[in-house]
Amino acid sequence: MTAVVGDTALSSPPLPERTVPRGQRRRLRVGRGVVLILAVLYFFGPLAAAFWFSIDEGNGLTWHAYTNFAQAPGFGSAASLSLELAALTVVLSLLLMVPTLLLVHLRFPRVRTAVELLSLLPLVVPPIVLVVGVSTVIGWGNAGSSGSFRSQLFNQLLNSSPPPILPLEYVILVLPFVFRSLDAGLRTSNTATLVEAARNLGASWPTTVWRVVLPTLRTSLLNGSFLAFALVLGEFTMARLLQYQPFAVWLLQFGNTDGQLSVALSLLSLLLTWALLLVMTAIAGRGPRKAVV
Amino acid sequence: MTAQVSSEFAGVAVEFEGVSKVFGATRALDGLDLEIAPGELLALLGPSGCGKTTALRILAGFEDASSGAVLVDGHDVSRQPPNKRDMGMVFQSYSLFPTMTAVDNVAFGLRLRRRPAADRRRRAEELLDLVGLSPHARKYPHQLSGGQQQRVALARALAVTPRVLLLDEPLSALDAKVREQLREEIRTIQLELGVTTVFVTHDQEEALSLADRVGVMRDGRLEQVAPPATLYDRPATAFVASFVGTTNELPGSMESSGRVRVGAQVLPVDGPAPAAGTSVAVLVRPEAVVVTPHPDGDAIVSVATFRGAITRLRLTRKGAADVLADLPSHRAAELGAGTHAKVELLERPVVVRELA
Ligand SMILES: Nc1ncnc2c1ncn2[C@@H]1O[C@H](COP(=O)(O)OP(=O)(O)O)[C@@H](O)[C@H]1O
Ligand SMILES: [Mg+2]
Repeated sequence: MTAVVGDTALSSPPLPERTVPRGQRRRLRVGRGVVLILAVLYFFGPLAAAFWFSIDEGNGLTWHAYTNFAQAPGFGSAASLSLELAALTVVLSLLLMVPTLLLVHLRFPRVRTAVELLSLLPLVVPPIVLVVGVSTVIGWGNAGSSGSFRSQLFNQLLNSSPPPILPLEYVILVLPFVFRSLDAGLRTSNTATLVEAARNLGASWPTTVWRVVLPTLRTSLLNGSFLAFALVLGEFTMARLLQYQPFAVWLLQFGNTDGQLSVALSLLSLLLTWALLLVMTAIAGRGPRKAVV
Repeated sequence: MTAQVSSEFAGVAVEFEGVSKVFGATRALDGLDLEIAPGELLALLGPSGCGKTTALRILAGFEDASSGAVLVDGHDVSRQPPNKRDMGMVFQSYSLFPTMTAVDNVAFGLRLRRRPAADRRRRAEELLDLVGLSPHARKYPHQLSGGQQQRVALARALAVTPRVLLLDEPLSALDAKVREQLREEIRTIQLELGVTTVFVTHDQEEALSLADRVGVMRDGRLEQVAPPATLYDRPATAFVASFVGTTNELPGSMESSGRVRVGAQVLPVDGPAPAAGTSVAVLVRPEAVVVTPHPDGDAIVSVATFRGAITRLRLTRKGAADVLADLPSHRAAELGAGTHAKVELLERPVVVRELA
């Protein structure tokens, strides 16, 4: 990325074009088509089946699942809880990771690997393990005599609306994704030099971060935020085991009473997540590109 | 317009006093002493890793010296953070803020100084004009070529009327043509503005062509600080001689007269002469080598390289090292490859290095 003095890029000579006989080429193309069709079937087959199920009435079609879902009992509170949790998680994880990664990149580059390993840990440790740990701690918290600071604190953590315990856990869950996108942004945008340029021109640290670093990292901040948001919207395990009812948990329970509606809602939530990802890609593609040498 | 821009620059003196910098086991700077006059353009020249960037970064405030002091306008700035030092820096790698247009990049420092919007816009546009980039004011960095980006970076550094302008190999990422052109422009602008400037480079041609004085560095120390012509004609050390320009190293031995015998010639020595009988390397520039075609000459032209006004010959000699010689191209016709020739040195003082 950064220019290195006197280093000339060693470009290897172009490889000779591989020539493929015509018949073989046709077979290759057919092969590729088959693979593509299989992939599409594998991916969209279940979706199409689910869609069919959600509108099939035995002797006709019905859109009632798509027109009535908002009135389904519990939908409103579950959906708003999920949105609140997702927003809180995004804010908390950015508050945690942005300063951490800035410090790591600008001041303590040697601990980067350690921070990376720590941040990727949630990918290796299954969420269930985390929940079991958290449950143990909650048990300990509730064991205190009522009215004590400990039990009041745990009461707040568990019973406020929304319960802070969930976003706190979700922060850990989304850590690898937030880390990855921020780290990539910092690495590709030559942040250290930009910071020095800003400082040199007279910017204090807060101004440097606010006016230069964060705008430069806009794409990767959005990236990390969207991923975290989408993950929390679909999270089931932790919420279910701690007996809360955000969207994913509600959806499963509701499915027992109205199968068609619950399938319709899963499809809609899938579409919502896709829309988020599309928006993210669009924004990432549009923003000014990084100053790359 | 330039007159107006230039009147704002004071041109201050800069002084390094025994500045050392240690990174773990590396001694990047080893007691650097250097005085830079107000309005002077000083080039720091040296091979990669000799501590040039470190010196500049200490002056800018990005590194703290392990010992020693840096004075700007007579005042020790060691305790000032970089954002209080009022220095304009142009970096080696492209450093424009990617989310701002060229003109906003230039106005950034003025905005921090709370100059009124109309004011800073006008000044930013003036400076873009100064570096010839007015037509590109509304472009983002990624829409500009490397050379254009470095011009904007220069305008950005100058916009805040810095006390000292710092340039860290600003041209090294550019291709030769742009590099040469921008180098001249930097010098023109610097002379017009009269801003004290430190220009770091590992390219001796660059240093010689634009600096008032050149400081040659090696292993964290200054070997010699002198105007380009002095550096070239009278290098203080063998390192300077070999780093600046091209030199032949010919075997010689010291005479009792304090002169040096090289081949059949006896020449005066520049600087302190080693004791008589010492074996030395005699350092000779290619243009101080005189070549005359001669059928009995002991040298044979092996390569003749046309370089425009001059042609450089490589001469091989039986039982001796090759010699490089420069001569006016109109004389080179009679000295094609394979020609036998006689090699002599111009009668003038030479630099010698004692052989261990
Ligand atoms: N931040 C740093 N940490 C450790 N060593 C460094 C650091 N900066 C520079 N050095 C070392 O100090 C020496 C001088 O570096 P530098 O000033 O960048 O040289 P130059 O600019 O002349 O190429 C080199 O050996 C380099 O490896
Ligand atoms: Mg350097």
